[in-house]
Formats: sequence, structure tokens, C-alpha cells
Amino acid sequence: MKELFPKEHVMGFIGSLVLTLAALTVVMFKGMSNGVALTILIVTAAAQALVQLVLFMHIGETEDKKSLYITIIYSVLVGLITVFGTLLAMVWGYM
Amino acid sequence: MSMKELFAPMKEPMIFGAGISILVGAIAIVVGLTYFKKWGWLYKNWLTTVDHKKIGVMYIFVALIMLFRGGIDALLMRAQTAIPENGLLNAEHYNEIFTTHGLIMIIFMAMPFIIGLMNIVIPLQIGARDVAFPRLNALSFWLFAAGAGLLNISFIIGGSPNAGWSSYFPLAGIEFSPNVGNNYYAWSLQISGLGTLMTGINFITTIVKMRAPGMTLMKMPMFTWSALITNIIITFAFPVLTVALALMTLDRQFGTKFFAMQDGGMDMLWANLFWVWGHPEVYIVILPAFGIFSEVISTFSRKNLFGYTSMVFSMIAISLLSFMVWVHHFYTMGHGVMVNGIFSITTMLIAVPTGVKIFNWLLTMRHGKITFTTPMLYALAFIPIFTIGGVTGVMLAMASADYQYHNTLFLVAHFHYVLIPGTVFGVLAGYHFWWPKIFGFRLNEKLGKSAFWCIVVGFNVAFFPLFILGLDGYARRMYTYSADTGYGPLSMVSFIGALVLAVGFALLCYNIYYSFRHSPRELTGDPWDARSLEWATQSPVPEYNFAIVPHINQLDEFWYAKKEGRDITAGQYERIHMPNNSGAPMWMAGVLFLFSFFFVFSVWSLVIVFGIATLGFMAYRSFEKDEGHHIEVAEIEATERRLRGEL
Repeated sequence: MKELFPKEHVMGFIGSLVLTLAALTVVMFKGMSNGVALTILIVTAAAQALVQLVLFMHIGETEDKKSLYITIIYSVLVGLITVFGTLLAMVWGYM
Repeated sequence: MSMKELFAPMKEPMIFGAGISILVGAIAIVVGLTYFKKWGWLYKNWLTTVDHKKIGVMYIFVALIMLFRGGIDALLMRAQTAIPENGLLNAEHYNEIFTTHGLIMIIFMAMPFIIGLMNIVIPLQIGARDVAFPRLNALSFWLFAAGAGLLNISFIIGGSPNAGWSSYFPLAGIEFSPNVGNNYYAWSLQISGLGTLMTGINFITTIVKMRAPGMTLMKMPMFTWSALITNIIITFAFPVLTVALALMTLDRQFGTKFFAMQDGGMDMLWANLFWVWGHPEVYIVILPAFGIFSEVISTFSRKNLFGYTSMVFSMIAISLLSFMVWVHHFYTMGHGVMVNGIFSITTMLIAVPTGVKIFNWLLTMRHGKITFTTPMLYALAFIPIFTIGGVTGVMLAMASADYQYHNTLFLVAHFHYVLIPGTVFGVLAGYHFWWPKIFGFRLNEKLGKSAFWCIVVGFNVAFFPLFILGLDGYARRMYTYSADTGYGPLSMVSFIGALVLAVGFALLCYNIYYSFRHSPRELTGDPWDARSLEWATQSPVPEYNFAIVPHINQLDEFWYAKKEGRDITAGQYERIHMPNNSGAPMWMAGVLFLFSFFFVFSVWSLVIVFGIATLGFMAYRSFEKDEGHHIEVAEIEATERRLRGEL
């Protein structure tokens, strides 16, 4: 029975709940400085992404490392373009 | 909300008429199915199917219905603006119609038409028996159908969205759009968008993992390549829409301030998120059309595709660039010269890979033996007309000039010049091209060509005047104008063009009926003397696609095998493993439809009930044991002989 228990999925489920609650503290506790709030959000978001990729999507199990790296590079690139493009258009470059 | 408010839109005679005709149509279908005892047949063969070909047919069926719904919207708009100070539609009704026209044509016509063709063709082109996750594929279809249904009932129950298909805040916020119309917008896009996202993942997996032995990536047909790139874009772009719509729902129904103009909100952030999804969406609907044109042009020029590798790399370049240009949709928002400069350059860069593709098609045709079939006519018309759309796109890409064109009919003319010859001609070419594969007979060429000429002439007459009107300062989305503006004559020309276009689409549909009655059955499986693998199997395609999965040695293996007289589908039959049908996708989408419907009206008790029911379906699926079934050798033999006309 032990092998049948989906240990990773349960860990991932609990992990993502805990991380979401941690991120929620930013709005629940008023008076946090902007820097601290932003740090909490970025750290929990990155950890959340790792939990999803490793525990649910089994990113480490693939044989084909080359296409894995290409996919990761493409994803990171599109993500960075979207985030920094938005910041550029909405905040930094605004007249 | 009282019943009176709920059915308030019905007070308008035109909407009342439409409501009644929907009711009569629905009753006719129910009565007809009961009278001919077809309920069991419908449920068993279609509603519960997981067969990618049947799902594709259902996608295209719904897409054609939506084409007519969106087309009627378009005709009403052109009729309203055909003469100055026209009173056919009031301002509110006009707002609703241009909103639903845009939404329906993009999300519920172009997308399902393209996904339908992908469903039918991709597994056949790569020699697979089905997609990677057949049950998920059925769920994708039913979620899309639920979304389409939700948007279409909005104009009878509660009111349609009326803030434009882009639904910019603050106009789309609860303060300025207090009726439920924009809740419908959020939920119909949300559930059909989830379906599309699943399609994206499903097709990437199918193409990456399930190709026939020997078919490396660079030996894939061009339509499969375009589908792969498209589905990658879908997978990256649609989550942005999902999040943006969720934030919209929170703002409208739970009082948050993400897109508010005060309290730390940012109204233009909606426009930003919308176009982060919306611009890649443009390429989602255009790249598969490019793939279809590549197949059609190569087949009917009797030549292999010129510059295969450059085609692939230009599509990869487009996929990356498509995520780098979205700000060009709101140059006039007020950000600085630097931002506009950057996005002008990335936008113009997209013209380079697109230009590469145009030249590749031209060079494919050079010295080719061109046959003028209906699909080829669409491909030939596409090249010059799309180029006009592309060139006006580069004009719009220049930020400083865009201040002049922004929000005028020039823009409207531009995107119709891109989307109609690109996407619509593309899917129509594919529709005529692959029809015999699915149904076992060809569409009538003479009717097909008449429809083509009506569509291509009507389109140009309807939309070219809009370029001139736009440069004269005709703003888009105006429900009427005064005679002094001088917009009257050209608007009338445009309306006449729209009528010709409508005749073309009517002929297109009549052709289905006519060909069904009169077309000779097709027994070779390869009516066009075509090149890629889907033509190697029988028409109509048997459930298992290929009795023997061929081994692929090169691009266009089937074509070269034909020339060398080899039969790539010969071999010893073995029993074939296939997935089982299931009603769960349809019922689950039905439950999600009700969930969304009650969410639109904030009826929380029923939202909770149907929300739990949805989770129940997922739990059921997790514990369900479904091993599929086998098709035995005897049955395969019988089917193959029947389709060859030997029995």
C-alpha cells in the first residue's frame, strides 16, 4: 500500500496551500513596508512555481534534457518579456 | 433581479423575434430527433464520442453556426450605417452588436474552426490513432460549446456585453456597465478559454510524442508544424486571459479594485493584460491558416514546399515576436516616446518572417503545374489581399502615425484585411480541401467557386471603402453619423459588399446540401493527388485512422511512395487499442455552464451546488478505471475492404 500512496501529490497540495497562505499575509497584515511585502510575494511565487513543476509536473523525470532546457529558456524569456514589458509600459515609461 | 428585468432585452422587437426563432428552432430539433428516433444515435455516435475526427466535425459545425450569428451582427451593423442618421438600431443595441460580433467571430468562429481542422487533420498527418488525451479533447470541445452557448443566450436573458470585444475598463466596470452583460463576457470567455488551454496541451503532447516511426520534427507536414507552434502560443497566452478574466470577475462581482481608477487600481492594466493575451491570439488564428495554405499551394502546384526550413524558423520567430508587440494596441494611452519606439520596432520586425513566408509561397508556385481548384483559389486570393492587410499593419505600427489612424475605420479595415483573407480564407481552403477525407465525397467545384467569387469580391467591396472612410476620420463604433460628414456613399458601397459576402456564405452552405445529394462517392482516399500522410488512408477515415501505421523516411513520404509505386500502408493487420466513448465531458461542461450562468447572476446557492458537482466529476474521473477497447483483425479487414469498395 505504501508505494500506492501519492506522497508527492499530497506534499505538493499542502505545500501550495501553505505558500498561498504565506502570500496572503501581505494583505492581511497592514503596515508592512513595500520592500518586505514585495520580497514575500516574489519568494512565495518562485517557491510555488517550483512546487508545481517538481511535485506535480515531475520536471526532473524526463530523459530528454535538451528539449527540457529549451522549454525552460523559452518560458522564462516569455515571462520576463511580459513582466518587464508591462512594467515598462505601465510604470517606467509612462509620461 | 426580477423576471421582468431578466427578460428586459426581449422588449426590443428585433431581439424578441430572434428569441422566438431560437425557441422555434430548438423545438423543431427536439421534435425531429424524437420523431425519427435519433436520440440514441446522436448520443452514442456524437455527443459521447472521443474520436478526434468527430470532435473536429462538431467544432466546425458549431463554428459555421457562429459564423452565421456573427455574420448577421455584421449585416445589421453595415445596414445601420449604410445611410446617415439611420434608425434601424439604437445606440445601445449597436453597442451590443459590435461587441458580440467581435467576440463571436474571434473566439467562437475562428478559434473552433481552426481547432476543428487541427482535430481532424493533425493525428492523420502524423500517423496517430487519436490525440494524446482523447477524453480531455472531448472536454475541450464541450467547454467551448458551453461558452458559446452562454454568450449566445445573453442577448435574450439579462442583456449582452456592450463594452466592445476588448471590454476596456473603466467602461466595462460595474460602475459604467451595471447590467450582467459583462459578467457574461467574463464567464463565456473563461470556460471556453479553459477548453482552449487544454487543447493546447493536448496537441503539443500529441505532436511531440505520437508521430509515426521515422517522422522526425523536420519531416512533419507544414500544417502540423504550424499547429505545434500555435499550440505553444496557446499554452503561453491563455493563462494570461484566465487571470485577467478572474480579476475582472472579482472587480465586477466582489468589489475589488484591480482595474479601478482609484484606491490603487489601474484601469489600463486591463488593456495591458488583455493584449498580452490578445496579440498572441492573432497569431493563434493566423499561423494554422499559414499551414493550410502551405499544404494547399504545394499540393496544387505539384511541387514540394519551397524553403521548408525557413518556413519553420520564421514561424518560431513569429511565436516569440508575438509576445513582444502587445503595447501597439494602445500607443495613444499616454506612455512615452521610448516605450512606443520599442514596440514600433518589434511590431515592424514581425513583417520580416511573414514576408519570408509570402515569398516562399510565391516561389513554391513558380514553375509549378497549378490546378485551380476551390481551395487553391482561396490560397491564391489570400496572398495579394493579405499583403494589403500586412502593409497597412506596418503603417499602423508607426506609433507617431498611429495617433492619426487609432480608433478609426482604417484600423477596422486593416484587421479585417488580415483576418478574413488570412484566417477565413485559410479555414475555407482547409474545409474544401479536407472535406472528402472526412465525408468520402468532394464538395461541388462549380458551387464552391461561385461562393469563392462572391466572398472575395464582396469582401473587397465591403472593406476597402473603410480604409478611405477611416482616413477621412470616421471613428469606429459610432452607431450613426450626420449627412454633412460625407460618409454616406462609401458606407452604402460597404453595405452592398456585405450583402454580396452574405450571398457567398449562403452558397457555401447550400453546397453542403447539394454535394451530399449529387457528388459521386470517392473511393481512392486521395482525390487531390496530394502529398501528406492523411491521404494515405481511406476516405471516410475509419475509427482507427490507419490499419497499418506507415514508416516515414522523408518529408512528403506518401507522395514519393506514390511516384515509386510503393504502398506504405501494406502489412499484416494487428488488433488495435482504442479509447472508449464517455458522456462525462458533455455532462461536466453542462454543469460548468450552469455554474457560470448562475455566477453571472450572482445566485450563490446554485453556484455552490454546481461548483461541487464539477469537482465531483473530477473526483469520479480520478477513480474511474477505463482501459479502452480493442478492434479485432477481422473487423479491420472488413472495414478496409468496405471502404475500398470491395464489399
